[in-house]
Amino acid sequence: MITASAPRRAAGQTRGRPSRPPAPTWLSSPLARQIKAPVICIGLTLLVWQVVCSLSGSAFPGPIQVVTQTWTPYISKPFYDDGGTAKGMGWQILISLQRVAIGYSLAAVVGIAAGMALGLNGFIRKGFDPMIQVLRTVPPLAWLPISLLLFQQADLAAIFVIFITAVWPIVINTAVGIQEIPQDYTNVARVLRLSKRAYIREIVIPSTVPYVFTGLRIAIGLAWLAIVAAEMLKADGGIGYFIWDAYNAGGDSSTSQIILAIVYVGIVGLILDRLIAYIGSRLNTGAH
Amino acid sequence: MHLSVSGVSKTFGSGSKAKHVLEDINLELDSGEFVALVGSSGSGKSTVMRLVAGLELPSSGTITVDGQPVKGPGSDRGMVFQKYSLYPWLSAAENVAFGMQLQGRPKREVNERTAYFLEVVGLSDAGRRLPRELSGGMQQRVAIARALAADPKVLLLDEPFGALDLQIRETMQEFLYQLWERTGLTALLITHDVEEALLLAQRVHIMAPRPGRIVRTVEGKLDRRDLSFLRLSAPFLELREELANYLRVLDSTMG
Repeated sequence: MITASAPRRAAGQTRGRPSRPPAPTWLSSPLARQIKAPVICIGLTLLVWQVVCSLSGSAFPGPIQVVTQTWTPYISKPFYDDGGTAKGMGWQILISLQRVAIGYSLAAVVGIAAGMALGLNGFIRKGFDPMIQVLRTVPPLAWLPISLLLFQQADLAAIFVIFITAVWPIVINTAVGIQEIPQDYTNVARVLRLSKRAYIREIVIPSTVPYVFTGLRIAIGLAWLAIVAAEMLKADGGIGYFIWDAYNAGGDSSTSQIILAIVYVGIVGLILDRLIAYIGSRLNTGAH
Repeated sequence: MHLSVSGVSKTFGSGSKAKHVLEDINLELDSGEFVALVGSSGSGKSTVMRLVAGLELPSSGTITVDGQPVKGPGSDRGMVFQKYSLYPWLSAAENVAFGMQLQGRPKREVNERTAYFLEVVGLSDAGRRLPRELSGGMQQRVAIARALAADPKVLLLDEPFGALDLQIRETMQEFLYQLWERTGLTALLITHDVEEALLLAQRVHIMAPRPGRIVRTVEGKLDRRDLSFLRLSAPFLELREELANYLRVLDSTMG
């Protein structure tokens, strides 16, 4: 996200350029200044999109059609429920989020524990490192067939895909964080004769927190990416399912529904990323 | 308190890769003394410190504190490192209290001692601040307070001001000297800075590299009533120049 603090030059404007009439106050408010650039640029993008679609005479909807075609029920009623999988997009997103929450939580618990074991024990690290390096590069969807075979159920399979996708960055960053603990921290601990438990509690955990959150943040992005893809292939409900269902329906407004869903997916992904970053900054221990 | 290092050698590795770092190191330290080890990098002076601290064990020879052989780190030897040794997630006061809490002292005593030692190092007002909010010199003072708070018999200082700017270093040297005078602590200082060693220590051991060994010992009988004056006085400058030359010659012949 591009953010900039608005320069304080209200005084300078009136003094430095007397010939210019003062701008309306709402235009010079800090908020207006901050959102000015994004509003203009997004507006221009939408305009170009609309103009290209109208001029080319293609069936692909411009932004205006996207909104008008999906307004009822997808935008106006995000939480309608007609039974089965015919649900509002709010519900679909919540279904996806629930799967992510379960898979991601498991990945966090297992990933941090495994990362600590790897970071603290050289034998375990050397032993498992080659395996981790190979497995972490496997694309999320490659796990889906084996996951379906293993769990025989779409929901569990999707959760497993989330887990196996999200766990690697957490493991790796936690392990690196532990290895990066400055030698002097450890020396002080030794001079104070900390027990292994106190060492982990007082030194290892606080100095590793920033690394863990780097891993958690990468992982939430991957998890959200994986759930949408997994639901498109095999799921009952969820935002990925919604996109694929709209595509298969092939109705007049299908494209608009897909575009709207993509916007929602993007916004939710951004919110998830910000949320983890926010928690991380609140817990920031200032280590390293 | 009596610290004795006698006939200590240290070799890292073995066989053809063996690196002989220290050869027959002997030094003594009594209560209230301030002793310095000076040498260029590679002279093994930091290894001597790590051995005394118990972070490493000697290959041969013995190190004893009050007759008890050193077998590992212990709270009778407080240590101040060059940098990065305060825990950044703890405030200055929490850093000072850290070791005492683990020693199992009562909470009230910990609080009192923390306040006392922060005052000793002149940082009573900075207790709540995090290390990153403190200057380098202040951070090192917190580190000294932390080491002192554990009530060590001897304070081991490993290039404590090496990472500081020259001006701050001079202020810190004067601070440390006054602290030593005031509290009667016992200190072993490692430094590459001849001036720093001569200024603070009553006895300076000079180390030569490859293998690290003590080649000369200087008993600095100087008038230390005013350190900034002493820094510029003729006998001090003469001695400093002589030793600096001596170290240079050692380095060029040994290197």
